[in-house]
Amino acid sequence: MRAASLRAGFIALVDAAPLIVAREVGFTEEEGLALELTRAPSWSTLRDMLVFGQIEAAHMLSVLPVAMAMGLSGGAGQVGAEQGGEGQGGAARIDALQVLSVNGNSIGLSRPLADRLRGRGHPFDFRDATAAGRALIAATSTRLRIGVPFPFSMHAELLYHWLGALGVTSPQALDVVTVPPPLMARAMAANEIDAFCVGAPWGSIAVEQGVGELLLPGTAIRAFAPEKVLAARHDWTVAEPELTARLMRALWRAGRWISRPENHVTVSEILSRPAYLDLPAEVIERSLSGRLVISPRGEIRQVEGYLEFFKGAAGYPWRSQGALIAHALAARLGLDRGAAIAAGRGVFRTDLYRANLRDLGAELPAAAEKIEGGMTAPTPVASESGSLILGPDRFFDGYVFDPDQLG
Amino acid sequence: MSNRLSIVVVEADRERAHLIVDSLRAAGDYDISAIAEVTGLARHISRHDPDVVLVDIANPSRDMLEELALASGPLERPVAMFVDRSDGGLTKAAVEAGVSAYVVDGLRAERIKPILDAAIARFHMFQRMRVELETTKRALEERKVIDRAKGVLMKARGIDEDAAYALLRRAAMDQGRKVSDVAEALVTASGLLG
Repeated sequence: MRAASLRAGFIALVDAAPLIVAREVGFTEEEGLALELTRAPSWSTLRDMLVFGQIEAAHMLSVLPVAMAMGLSGGAGQVGAEQGGEGQGGAARIDALQVLSVNGNSIGLSRPLADRLRGRGHPFDFRDATAAGRALIAATSTRLRIGVPFPFSMHAELLYHWLGALGVTSPQALDVVTVPPPLMARAMAANEIDAFCVGAPWGSIAVEQGVGELLLPGTAIRAFAPEKVLAARHDWTVAEPELTARLMRALWRAGRWISRPENHVTVSEILSRPAYLDLPAEVIERSLSGRLVISPRGEIRQVEGYLEFFKGAAGYPWRSQGALIAHALAARLGLDRGAAIAAGRGVFRTDLYRANLRDLGAELPAAAEKIEGGMTAPTPVASESGSLILGPDRFFDGYVFDPDQLG
Repeated sequence: MSNRLSIVVVEADRERAHLIVDSLRAAGDYDISAIAEVTGLARHISRHDPDVVLVDIANPSRDMLEELALASGPLERPVAMFVDRSDGGLTKAAVEAGVSAYVVDGLRAERIKPILDAAIARFHMFQRMRVELETTKRALEERKVIDRAKGVLMKARGIDEDAAYALLRRAAMDQGRKVSDVAEALVTASGLLG
């Protein structure tokens, strides 16, 4: 079989691992794909490369294609736009074919702010989001300035949910500002931000450079948050169903391989190469193992499920995940929730995942939607092959999103 | 809004910023400023309150401008990336040339086109220069490592420079690799052996 060439883009983050490993360990080759990878300088540029056909697939923030479908971010259609394909002026509908990674973010504070929390007796247990949030609020006298990598990201969603539930709302008491991850430590050192929520390994890099300390892992706020998705143009998936399937299979295999602890060292070494992350393998490995150094004094915390590529049917693009993202965006920006939820649901392609990965033995839940936040412990649910264990997927404040009640 | 469009160019390199500003001036009567500072970019831009923002696509700080696209952003008025509204072909050309433009919503395409045309031409040139520079840099580095490898071989085997190069070339051909790759492996290995 002659290899079909395929171009994909990524951002230099640990959770780009499925694309990078699929290429380097040979999962794409096994599927007869010659995968060409391009490192994009920013999320907006990666989005534009995908929309304008410079690449066929991308490692993308789970929130971004939903925001695009709601007409909020660069080149998307209208809210509720159906019947994919080209819209006006080069607009394109972008689909989330599978979830590439779950969780993997951390919240960090500037050292002066961390010292204030410590002075007030906060234990930095890296676990209790309620206590940490209250301590943060009590230690802050002015508006909190928090950096996130992109306005439409799980990082921003986690922050708004966490601080909102504790009574801190934007824009009254909270400034969420965009800072590219490689510049996060610098922005903190320059006193541009008091805190950040950022993906691996950039939180650890800020610790490493001595400018920040980690307060919480993202999992303390939401135990199972879809972080990055495999994104493709809807019209491309229609025109190239076979290539779409082969790419999805290669990435599913890559995710399974990455999730095995015995492969973590290899994954870290591959990711650390100059063409990929160009960062120390040791720092990358911390994110894979969930053993995080939280302060320049070397304190270590072990986090369960810090960054998942496979466990708990991680790759399954629940339509309820898209619906929840759309619901939260619409609520915050004052848009029509019903239309937004319909658009968000349509982005997450549970149907393609089911059709393309069944033969590989992927765990396929019987349902396309779930109640998000409903599981406080590992829970058996119905699947095509009998049952599978999901969760927990709880929010720290007990928030529950039932798409049937709202959609 | 006054009739004169105001443009902000985000560019850290002074010389490049000058070149862009000059070509925009040649394209029409605009009020143009350049911003080099990356920290607090959105705040700087909102102070200028421009109609159009031009930024290099390779600039990671570009994501900072995305929040301007939200109505609640620092500009307090809707900004759309040019991609959203107008001529898809022109936008595609801009993206391929390596420039992105953020335009205040509601500006007509014919007012933007000369600006973008000028910027595209300029960025095309930058991109060519970037590729040329990288190629030259790589060639220089390769030559340096080949010279070092030749030195290693001359010393270890007591041969002259031409013979050392012939040896490297033969090894590269036998292994189906580039001469510079073989040279680099040799330099690394000899470094380890001391």
